[in-house]
Amino acid sequence: MADDVLPITVTVNGERQTKVVPVRQLLVHFLRDTLGKQGTHIGCDSGNCGACTVICDGKAIKSCMQLAVQADECEIETVEGLSEPLGPQSELQASFAKHHALQCGYCTPGMLMSSKALLAEQPEPDEQAVRRGLKGNICRCTGYVNIVRAVQDAAGTLEQG
Amino acid sequence: MSTRERTVETWTPPATNQVWTGQSVPRKEDNRLVKGQGEFADDAWMHRTGHVHFVRSPHAHAVINGIDVSAAERLDGVFATLTGEEVRRLTDRYSGVAPEPGGRAKDYCLAVAKARFSGEPVAAVLAETRELARDAAALIEVDYEPLPVVLDAIEATHPDAPVVHTEVGSNVGWHGVYDFGDVETACEEADHVVRIPHLHFHRFSSTPLECSAAVVNWDPGTDVINITSNNQMPQFAAMQIAPALGVRTDQLQFRAQDIGGAFGIKLTSYTYLTALALLSRKAGRPAKWTEYRSDHLVGSCHGNERTFTDIEVPVMADGEILGFSAKAFDDVGAHMRYEPLGGVIFTQVLPACYGFQHLKVDYTSVTTNKTPVGPNRGYSRMQHLWMVERIVDIVAAELDLDPVAVRKRNYIPTAAFPYETPNGCIYDSGDYHQMLDKALEMLDYDGWRARQKAAEGSGKRIGIGIGSTLDSGTSNFGQARLINKHLPFSGNGEAAICKLDLHGEVSVALGSAPQGQGHETTTAQVVADVLGLTPAEVEVRPGHDSARNAYIAFSGTYASQFAVTGIGAALGAAKAVRDDIFRVAAAVLECEPGDLQLNGGFVSVDGDEDRAMSFAEVANLVYMNNGSLPPEVFDEASLNRRYVYRPPFGVPDWKTKTGQLTLTYASQVHACVIEIDEETGVTTVLDYVAIDDCGVPINPQIVQGQIHGAAAHGVAAVLQETLEYDEQGQLLNGTFWDYHVISAPDTPAFRTGHVVSPSPFT
Repeated sequence: MADDVLPITVTVNGERQTKVVPVRQLLVHFLRDTLGKQGTHIGCDSGNCGACTVICDGKAIKSCMQLAVQADECEIETVEGLSEPLGPQSELQASFAKHHALQCGYCTPGMLMSSKALLAEQPEPDEQAVRRGLKGNICRCTGYVNIVRAVQDAAGTLEQG
Repeated sequence: MSTRERTVETWTPPATNQVWTGQSVPRKEDNRLVKGQGEFADDAWMHRTGHVHFVRSPHAHAVINGIDVSAAERLDGVFATLTGEEVRRLTDRYSGVAPEPGGRAKDYCLAVAKARFSGEPVAAVLAETRELARDAAALIEVDYEPLPVVLDAIEATHPDAPVVHTEVGSNVGWHGVYDFGDVETACEEADHVVRIPHLHFHRFSSTPLECSAAVVNWDPGTDVINITSNNQMPQFAAMQIAPALGVRTDQLQFRAQDIGGAFGIKLTSYTYLTALALLSRKAGRPAKWTEYRSDHLVGSCHGNERTFTDIEVPVMADGEILGFSAKAFDDVGAHMRYEPLGGVIFTQVLPACYGFQHLKVDYTSVTTNKTPVGPNRGYSRMQHLWMVERIVDIVAAELDLDPVAVRKRNYIPTAAFPYETPNGCIYDSGDYHQMLDKALEMLDYDGWRARQKAAEGSGKRIGIGIGSTLDSGTSNFGQARLINKHLPFSGNGEAAICKLDLHGEVSVALGSAPQGQGHETTTAQVVADVLGLTPAEVEVRPGHDSARNAYIAFSGTYASQFAVTGIGAALGAAKAVRDDIFRVAAAVLECEPGDLQLNGGFVSVDGDEDRAMSFAEVANLVYMNNGSLPPEVFDEASLNRRYVYRPPFGVPDWKTKTGQLTLTYASQVHACVIEIDEETGVTTVLDYVAIDDCGVPINPQIVQGQIHGAAAHGVAAVLQETLEYDEQGQLLNGTFWDYHVISAPDTPAFRTGHVVSPSPFT
């Protein structure tokens, strides 16, 4: 059982692919180790910190909290899908850089994916809505002030000044 | 215009010389980080890598009678195991920094013969996959004989307490008394003596979001040990690992690019790196390890837990505080490691922001059966500054004085800077009165006092808090001699290499291993100013790499010093390259080096800019066309310069415990308002203002980001982050489910303000 494998088909950042995965492999390890999407990080192994957040079928999920086999036939977007590797940053990414919303950058991919999912659900969040929406993502560097600003600026709800 | 084009075809007139230092230049590192292209320790892979899992003691204190690894080794895909007994045979104990008696304790990378805290690694497995390593670790049988535990620093000093390290003879690792002025006489002559029997600064950790991780490969052919890790002070690790393994320090090749936060917690990971090296050598393949968060919380390190007792504070009727005396007990956990440095670091800020002249701290460093401590952000000064601010507020409350007035009465006056503390530290600059005024104005202090009164009886209580602190940056490592006079450490410094590459490109390599402080950006700003370029044109090599040779023993990012040491080194190296450029160009353009200027990638004669060379032309002459190099500069044109910045420190006097322990001081006054629901205890931060004075900032936006982050750590530590043990010594909150890291909704929207008092020293 522990050594069993199963084939899965997933679409990651628009690319549909079939892989054989160990049944006990976590989705985050599948993304990082098998597909090389190393922008998705691991911070707590328990679903609390959000560093592993990816968008699965339109919803932000924590990829350390489910198995790779559970993602069979799912459409997943990781941070690598937000912009071309050599191309310009997306609006949200650029807003993070502009507002100094990242320091060490470890939480940033998860923070970006949660923010993207949040803005898809609530296109014009106020400060409290952004803070609530990012409750599942921990940042230890920024004190969140500039992250909230960056998300609000990308949404056009940041009051200037 | 046309003349210029004929003279130098690539020449474009530069914009007026822009100064980049002091501006909020966008960070160079952000592009790769927002795209998920950072390179963190767990991203490193090597061919044939095996994965490591550590077996940890479930007991806080237990004799290890034996370890049976046979069942694990029988599993297909298990490459090697390692036990404490093997470690004892294969390695020497770490040298550590503690003198007698704590220095007698033997610390190895795995528990040898006895486990001293719950979570201490006792064995390890290297296997084909992470999952298999974990399965195999579960098959390792350890025969434990539990012992009584000691979990409190003061109880641990009692003669009948269980002893963590029997070779030490007791749990007191180090004891020292700092005594300046005459606090006994001051107490006799004071109008009041305020007594505070007990204060406790609890145990917490800044828990970097990225856990420790490494890939270690002991190459059997070259005997080089490659260590790709997120250790934040690699050469300190080298000083511990090399003698333990019996290898040369130059066999250890450290590498790190991006580090996902460290806060001092990644300074003592050398124990794990040692175990990985042993496993790699045993199995003949790379050993990869990534800590689980539960491993990190129980098995990396915690911040110092300090208990203060017998505090006595002589106070005059007008609120003048003459000083204080206190006993301090640091619970350093099961191993001394970086300790007892905590026993001297706090003396960098002994009187805090105040003009106290009579100071006495009786300090004891105590081992217990808890996770070892490490130099967590604000290391040792934080605990001490907290005590001093408690003293000020308790004095105000007991004598019915206004806490603002008591602070102002006792702050070091602005005119007194540079100010020498009673223990010989030089506070370079500051204006605490102005900072406090600014904080209170921004907070609307008077308005909140009125609202506080109005809220009485409403079921909600409003509290207003003020914290005035100062952060010492760039330590004099000579202070280690105040705790161990035999330690051959003093001064500080950092190395950097600046070079023009083959086509005239400027690149800089640093020795530090940054964790979000924006080193690439700030370095590029100051180097751009020296060489007349834009920050975008200066390539700063991120991270630490032994192979670049840009390091000394102190290299690393810790103790608030990069802006002095790292930038100092980069500036020195850039100036040396600039002088090389001037020498070559002066010889070619037939002028004096002093006649030349740099702008836009060109060196030209000041006032006669048609006489110019591009950096590419200078590099060409030196690197690939030296037959054309004027012979007078043949031996002195390198264009590749290593510079070591050394702060002007001497050696502190271990007998009197005095000396300049720190080069710079930044100060902070924070003020906040909280509301507590009397029935539920729910606490809400209603407003939070942070005023800082770090002198002239290189990049104001980055400085503001550091303030936000530090304030969040403070709020978190006060309101929700604590590491709690049960009576058997089990950590009760070893995951992020129960160790409540502060999140966005819990964090106030910090408002910041600034006062600028330039340091006369940097």
